Amino acid sequence: MHEPRESNDKKAERKSPSNDDLNLVGTPFRRVDGRAKVTGQTRFADDLTFPRMVHMKLVRSTVPHARIVSIDTSAAEKMPGVLGFLTGESMPHPFGILPVSQDEHALCVDKVRFVGDPVVAIAAITEEQAYEASLVVKVEYESLETISNVEEAISTPEPRIHEYGDEGNLHKKLSMQFGDTDAGFEEADEIFEDVMYFEGNTHLPMEQHATVALTEETDRVTVYSSTQTPHYLHRSLTKVLEIPAARIRVIACPNGGGFGGKSDPFNHEICAAKMSLKLGRPVKISLSREEVFYCHRGRHPVLMKIKTGVKKDGTLTSQHLQTALDGGAYGSYGVASTYYTGALQTVTYNLPKYRFDSIRAFTNKAPCGPKRGHGTPQPRFAYEVHLDKIAHKLGIDPAEIRMQQLVDPESVTSNWLKVGSMGLGKCIEAVVEGSGWKERHGNLPDGHGLGLACGSYLSGAGLPIYWNHMPQSGVQLQLDRSGGVALFCGETEIGQGSDSVIAAITAEVLGIDLKDIRLCVADTDLTPVDLGSYSSRVTLMAGNAALQAAERARDLVAKGAAEELKVPAKELVFAEGRVFHGENPDTSMSWQDAVIAAESRFGTLGTTGSYVPPRSPGRYRGAGVGPSPAYSYSAAVVETRVDRETGIYRVEHVWMAHDVGKCINPAMVMGQIEGSVYMGLGEAMMEEQVYRRLPKKRSNALVHKHPSLLEYKSPTFADMPPVTSYIIEDPDPNGPFGAKEVGQGPLLPMMPAVANSIFDAVGVRVDQVPIAPHMVRQAIEAKDKGKEGRFGPKSFPEIDFGTPLRVPTPEEGGDGKAVNIDEAGVRDGTGTMTERTDAVKGGE
Amino acid sequence: MVSKNKNPENPEKDGVSRRSFLQGAGAAAAAAGVARIPETVIAGQNGVATPEVLGPEAESIQLKVNGADKKASAPPSTTLLDFLRNDVGVTGPKRVCDRGSCGACTVLLDGQVVDSCSMLAIDAVGKEITTVEGIGTPDNLSRLQKAFIEKDALQCGFCTPGMVVSCTALLEENPKPSRNQIREGLSGNLCRCGTYQNIIEAVEHVSRKGG
Repeated sequence: MHEPRESNDKKAERKSPSNDDLNLVGTPFRRVDGRAKVTGQTRFADDLTFPRMVHMKLVRSTVPHARIVSIDTSAAEKMPGVLGFLTGESMPHPFGILPVSQDEHALCVDKVRFVGDPVVAIAAITEEQAYEASLVVKVEYESLETISNVEEAISTPEPRIHEYGDEGNLHKKLSMQFGDTDAGFEEADEIFEDVMYFEGNTHLPMEQHATVALTEETDRVTVYSSTQTPHYLHRSLTKVLEIPAARIRVIACPNGGGFGGKSDPFNHEICAAKMSLKLGRPVKISLSREEVFYCHRGRHPVLMKIKTGVKKDGTLTSQHLQTALDGGAYGSYGVASTYYTGALQTVTYNLPKYRFDSIRAFTNKAPCGPKRGHGTPQPRFAYEVHLDKIAHKLGIDPAEIRMQQLVDPESVTSNWLKVGSMGLGKCIEAVVEGSGWKERHGNLPDGHGLGLACGSYLSGAGLPIYWNHMPQSGVQLQLDRSGGVALFCGETEIGQGSDSVIAAITAEVLGIDLKDIRLCVADTDLTPVDLGSYSSRVTLMAGNAALQAAERARDLVAKGAAEELKVPAKELVFAEGRVFHGENPDTSMSWQDAVIAAESRFGTLGTTGSYVPPRSPGRYRGAGVGPSPAYSYSAAVVETRVDRETGIYRVEHVWMAHDVGKCINPAMVMGQIEGSVYMGLGEAMMEEQVYRRLPKKRSNALVHKHPSLLEYKSPTFADMPPVTSYIIEDPDPNGPFGAKEVGQGPLLPMMPAVANSIFDAVGVRVDQVPIAPHMVRQAIEAKDKGKEGRFGPKSFPEIDFGTPLRVPTPEEGGDGKAVNIDEAGVRDGTGTMTERTDAVKGGE
Repeated sequence: MVSKNKNPENPEKDGVSRRSFLQGAGAAAAAAGVARIPETVIAGQNGVATPEVLGPEAESIQLKVNGADKKASAPPSTTLLDFLRNDVGVTGPKRVCDRGSCGACTVLLDGQVVDSCSMLAIDAVGKEITTVEGIGTPDNLSRLQKAFIEKDALQCGFCTPGMVVSCTALLEENPKPSRNQIREGLSGNLCRCGTYQNIIEAVEHVSRKGG
């Protein structure tokens, strides 16, 4: 058995816990939901059916930006099977995931903001009838000027898409300066500058969103949904429906893939609940694939300008990063996304001085939000390609320039992020060794290249989305004479294996079989709150809560067993379904008998565990985005062949190393690494959520270019190269058994590694993703003509970011606070996205 | 079997007779809610087709699914996928793209792989339909299903029912596929969790053991 866990703030111990002490954790045990999934028995939201259930469809806006003049449902009302309608007037309260951007309505009230915005909900006996009726609803619109990108949003402050936001059609504008960046640039021998672009793309989960709502009693509503965040949906439902939270039950079904796309509370979920209350019948809505593209909340398109000061030996002295996010029509997680396009630049390589400016624009497109890596893959792409160029120019090996300035473990970065364990060096060494980098990089024949890049990600956000002092994760265990253990937790299985992780942690501590644990998850009536499956938070946060609950349960059972066995409780060992005396294993009893002894002594048995992340040292406004209990690290080498004549390239091999702290299950860790490689490859090579528009003078039209799974290209079996994965274990004192995240981090190095490999192969740069063959070809043509061998954005727009919030770095003797709050015109504070007063008000 | 039209007095009003259907062959696609009647269903006593009419309203349709007869009333325009999922409660096959581009709705029709979203239920009358539920059950897993679990060839599980059916058919047709044949054979099935490598290993595992 493992020793009692160290508290969160205890100084790190670099020693890895011995695998000899663990029976289940660290082994490739079979996932708990596998059997049901391979036989088609798992009940996803769309698989549910209830007696008297009816179906709902949404009438969505066909125009990108308009006032609603009138809605005529008279023809639809006469259609067969139609039972009822809802319009925006019946649900006037706005909602949204962040307290600072409560800007969505369940159905649009007076304006539509993108093609796909829902206007009317219709219920009918069958899905087909609801669909047919939805086609004859007449909505009259008065068209408004359309904004299709960041530049137009800057130049078109009126009409505003929303009546809130920092100015005009800019939702968010920020500027932060950590240390004297100008002095940092002066110290540099050379200054490098690049402009890069990352196109938007979408999650494309296999499962289209589905919800079933039912009114079980007159004043209660239950909502089953494919959501990653049942707790936040619960909060939005209580706000919009004006029903106390205690009378609303949200059950998150297993998600058929999420990747961040089911992390927002959605209008269709709220409409289903409202319709069910109206009709007194169960109501199902299952979105079409086209509608899933309109829900979106995917990767923001981001234009970036990165400027870095470097000494001759490659040492970074200062960096100035500017990002411009195309947010789409609503806030979603966008304020957080904006901060995330700058927050994690500091956690990989020492960056003594750092300035970050950013804007997020509202545009008349499907709203962007969090996709795997949330806001960090775009600047990571820019940084890692930029660094490759710097290394090339200075004649330093790209692996070496990174290795020579890795952030120290147990340190605080210039923007006040506390780094714990840090295994990036080992990751780089692994992929360099595995790929034969030293011999092959720069030495392969023309058209054949290797590229290297790294990344880092959070193991959960340090602060919750709405301001509170409560745990981010809770677990309850119920033990009884059956010998079984019921585990209650609000976490949601989205395919990442979270059910298996919390079950294994509990089984490990209690020394019992996984089969003896019965999971009850993601049910707001029955399970303690867990904030949801986002930010890669579940293994660390729900895992720690499970660990605490299990240790408390073990202590209770030990006391009961100790009396029977007549040995001190603290000398008992729990393993293989038995309780042993450590020194004399013949003195033992079964787990079940031990539970019976404990139940006899204490009465009904139950324990709880909860997790609150450690406090972050940053105290400036905006410091809430970026902190995490632990950062994961990844490094990749990608091998690519490029055809000079066509620009067509093929990724032939990927080596990916990931510092996961400690594996709870190495097979599942591998699965997450490979899944991230797959998704990153799609983003690098082909995936894009893009729009068509006519010349502005002729039309306001702005429509999704290809809202179908056939035309939105994603990698298939035939596109996947072989992947060699390395798991690096550098246990983090904050993780359960030392575990950190793996679901998102390994995606980050993929896009820049592909771009860097193309440079190694044919000597040209494509400074944007996805990288299409014509871009490679054009860059080659330019180079052949003696011009710069590059394809990518040429300039970054002139933006007045205002006076930056100045925060002295730890090195400069700062205390984590800003020094010019009045001058910068912002308030200080540590709230996630806002001050406490705003947050509490906004969240009510 | 598909029953006759509910309005035998005036078949032309509600639906399309077989004759008029054939006459207007080129315009057939425009006849929303009406479907062509399989020969096996409408063959008369002497094997001569008689003009019968289907739709647009619900008809009684009976299919053989995983060895059992499943009967329900549904419009003839109902796809096989919707009939399985919504009308007879066989929810293994999934609706994902709804246009034959992802493979999540894959079922076997007399042993042949089909996208059940892209064919009509009435076209499956008289054929043996096998869904993931018919390949193995939690208490009696097929070798491939066992291999999927052992090789961790699934994450969210939403593509899995289609994958299991496609892999089963692949091994049936070619018990010793090469890695490229596996890639080729399965490239119509998408997985967004990116489990492709482990699925290939699961198929190879069964192949080695003599699936």
